[in-house]
Amino acid sequence: MSIALYRLDDRLIHGQVVVGWGKPLNVGFIVLVDDAVRSSAWEQELYRMGVPTEIEVVFASTEEARQHLADWERDPRVGILVAGDVDTLAALTANSHGVSRVNVGGVHHRPGRSERLRYVYLSDAEAAQLRKLAARGVQVTAQDVPTAVPVPLEDFT
Amino acid sequence: MSEPLRGVIVSHAAVAQALLAAVTVITGVRDALVPVSNDGCDTGALAERLTQAIDNKPAVLFVDLPGGSCLTSSVRLARSKTDVAVVTGVNLAMLLDFVFHRDLSPADAARRAAEAGSRAIRTPAA
Repeated sequence: MSIALYRLDDRLIHGQVVVGWGKPLNVGFIVLVDDAVRSSAWEQELYRMGVPTEIEVVFASTEEARQHLADWERDPRVGILVAGDVDTLAALTANSHGVSRVNVGGVHHRPGRSERLRYVYLSDAEAAQLRKLAARGVQVTAQDVPTAVPVPLEDFT
Repeated sequence: MSEPLRGVIVSHAAVAQALLAAVTVITGVRDALVPVSNDGCDTGALAERLTQAIDNKPAVLFVDLPGGSCLTSSVRLARSKTDVAVVTGVNLAMLLDFVFHRDLSPADAARRAAEAGSRAIRTPAA
């Protein structure tokens, strides 16, 4: 197996990730890539609280994720990698190991962003960055939960 | 006497609003609880909603799950204040107890609510 889901979600590890995707995929590990959380022990503890003990949670900085991506891809367990912003995912796709697909799972409203889907708000720059990923061969779709229909990038950017 | 504690129910979707409605129907108490949903919020927007709901008053945050965005935003906020406590696994029983015991400190009220909520979880013989 390997990482079954590369997810863009500004809530990072939460119910949709652990239950919505984690249950049907039968995940064995979740990688949370976030520089701030990586350096905060109490925030890591909070994110761990929402995850069953049988699922390993790995906290990584963007740089650590770039270094270990190939190891996670070779892991016999099924994994989910989640990052909270487009920049982080873009950095991972720049890695030579590559990320072939990205799931846009939840990017919420903030000033400068406009609604693209009920659960996806993007600034023009973020939308352009996702299109750039797609141009590099990454398959980018939006899908909050597995039971929803995936929305192609061109339909929300 | 100091102002009674405020309770803020923090949930996914409309769970908080539904719990508030149930508490009001059962007790008639209308001013003890404020519902906050995480609908459409990233962590920053949810933090803003929570800050408005607390309104700089001593409070207990009743969070639906022991993990996820509702919890992380609530704990982040509580860490920055001395008079805000957090309880997870909110249920109707703990809220009913809380609205009649709002003269405690936030930490004591949170502990009491957690005990009341836990006592309500049973498996009665059918």
